[in-house]
Amino acid sequence: MSFEFLEKFRDPGLCRKMLDRMEAGLYDDLRFMEVCGTHTVAIFQSGLRSLLPEKIIHLSGPGCPVCVTHESEVNAFLDLAVNERVIMATFGDLMRVPGNNGRNLKKAVADGARVKVVYSPFDTLKLAQENPDDIVVFIGVGFETTAPTIAATMKLARQQGITNLRILCFHKTVPLALDALLSDDAINVDGFILPGHVSAIIGTHPYDFIAEKYGKSAVVTGFEPLDILQSLNQMVDWRNKGEAHVVNNYTRIVGDEGNPKAVEIMYEVFEPTDALWRGIGLIPGSGLEIRPEWEEFDAKKEFGITIEDCPPLKGCKCGDILKGIKQPDECPLFGKACTPANPVGPCMVSTEGSCAAYYKYKLD
Amino acid sequence: MSDKVLLDYGSGGRASQRLISQLFLGHLGNDELNRLNDAAELSMSGKLAMSTDSFTVDPIFFPGGNIGSLAVHGTVNDVAMMGAIPKYLTCGYIIEEGLPMDDLEKIVQAMGEAARHAGVAVVTGDTKVVPKGAVDKIFINTTGIGDIIADPVPSGDAARPGDAVLISGTIGDHGLTILGTREGLEFEANVQSDSAALNHLLVKLVQELPEVHVMRDPTRGGLATTLNEITTSSNVCCELQENDIPVRPEVKGGCSILGLDPLYLANEGKFICILPEEYAEKALEIMRADPLGQDACRIGTMTDANPGKVVMVTQLGGKRLLGMLEGEQLPRIC
Repeated sequence: MSFEFLEKFRDPGLCRKMLDRMEAGLYDDLRFMEVCGTHTVAIFQSGLRSLLPEKIIHLSGPGCPVCVTHESEVNAFLDLAVNERVIMATFGDLMRVPGNNGRNLKKAVADGARVKVVYSPFDTLKLAQENPDDIVVFIGVGFETTAPTIAATMKLARQQGITNLRILCFHKTVPLALDALLSDDAINVDGFILPGHVSAIIGTHPYDFIAEKYGKSAVVTGFEPLDILQSLNQMVDWRNKGEAHVVNNYTRIVGDEGNPKAVEIMYEVFEPTDALWRGIGLIPGSGLEIRPEWEEFDAKKEFGITIEDCPPLKGCKCGDILKGIKQPDECPLFGKACTPANPVGPCMVSTEGSCAAYYKYKLD
Repeated sequence: MSDKVLLDYGSGGRASQRLISQLFLGHLGNDELNRLNDAAELSMSGKLAMSTDSFTVDPIFFPGGNIGSLAVHGTVNDVAMMGAIPKYLTCGYIIEEGLPMDDLEKIVQAMGEAARHAGVAVVTGDTKVVPKGAVDKIFINTTGIGDIIADPVPSGDAARPGDAVLISGTIGDHGLTILGTREGLEFEANVQSDSAALNHLLVKLVQELPEVHVMRDPTRGGLATTLNEITTSSNVCCELQENDIPVRPEVKGGCSILGLDPLYLANEGKFICILPEEYAEKALEIMRADPLGQDACRIGTMTDANPGKVVMVTQLGGKRLLGMLEGEQLPRIC
């Protein structure tokens, strides 16, 4: 997609009109939550957050895959990274994510662990071929956006007879997390900006329950300012009319049916399982695990890894922040004990984390 | 000489002498260096600027240059940012055993060309060869020294509210080139390093303008981090206009794919110039008359609103902080 095309979605004049229109239609607060870390960053980076009417209450939800990775999952990959048989492969986001005792992958590398930052899961195939005496373990963190590519990597590895690649699967799926949030009485959200990337894979129908079951609105949205403003305006209009809808505004990328081929590959290799979400807890059926037919790739089986719930870090309010109950700067640790240089939780260190976005971009 | 660098070449014996006489003097030689004394004899007076830098770039060859030209440009620019005319360089090489001799020659040749173009003489140097694995191919240290001609001397703590903030051209080109080449990524269009010696242009600026408060090259950490250093040192606020910051579309595209921010990517042929408002237009005129400053533009203004901070006024007219880079930029998941 050309940048000239995208520029149209950043037109300052149109954005101003949308903002004025929204303000004129707002009679009371609208609490909206975006469910994607890329939206969080886009809202801050574009300066949109500083321009939104005061009645628009912006909440960052559990949409950063790094942030929702449970403490016990972080500790599991940090433990495995120092195994002498292992070359750990990961996307860059996880390098600074803190585990217990202040550990992280960067420090592990300094202590001699072999960790390779990859740009695509397919890079692990070459890494495995080049290191036949080692086990290459890819940390599978992410939502429906990344899971199909990892599934395709496993299929290709099998075709190529690669036997030393394993996946440490911590994948999670978005719709059930939203269901869990909406069923929690403590959480007060009027509408959702739904993720563009995840929706490109699963389409819009998995979110229909938001309007049908809970009477809330949700809009699949792109990442440009006008995308976001259009969706907010729609949600204001619907609320004024007493309506709730789930619609797709990101039609230039997302089809209502998503990408059935990618979903098919994902479920050929993975199957739903219960998953622990950091700050939220167990959400039944919201995770993915490797099917028994593909267990030769399962790092958890290979290394006997079990994931168990553990108490959250003392004082850290990430759970309340991920659920939209608190804003990042309402956490007592924010900017004091918890900074990007010394993060207590991943929300402060992930490039898409809400605490990191507040710390990095918020002016006052 | 053999086709690879052997430990023998760092022995100090005949092999070392052959390497020095046939390779280093061939490309870097001048009256002072050719004497091969233990130290260089120099005549300098007045205020001097001196800087040192070590170059460990991976890959050592990249579109737009190599570690040799970069080692000259980097130090020449650091000296020149003080409003000085760089005159002399030293070069220290730490070479990994087994480096192809052809590669070393290309690097030294590029250093020679870069030094001649910048008008500096390499007057003393050192070579060490270390066992395979002890360094990654080749590390180069350069130290530069030059005569300061600017009065007042530009300094990071001299920015004042009301000053104009200028940049000499597009940002992020070098950083993206290095990352892309390292990872074997191909971008839509060719992106290449902007590595260049800026001293001739910088000298023109300080000669023709009565006052330049700050000159800085936004190398590692990029434009955003360098401006943060300046605002902290000067205790002023830098208000940047997002629309005015020049970034090539291909760099924007590459950054978008990798999840990187061009504002934090290294540059090796650009400089920030902060000076009183009344000299801004003249400065831009001087910069644009030089091929290395043809895309120069104003990107912001120093204010007293938020001391020590860099504030971005976005395309939409919103405001946000532009913080300092914490560690290195890492590609994201999605």
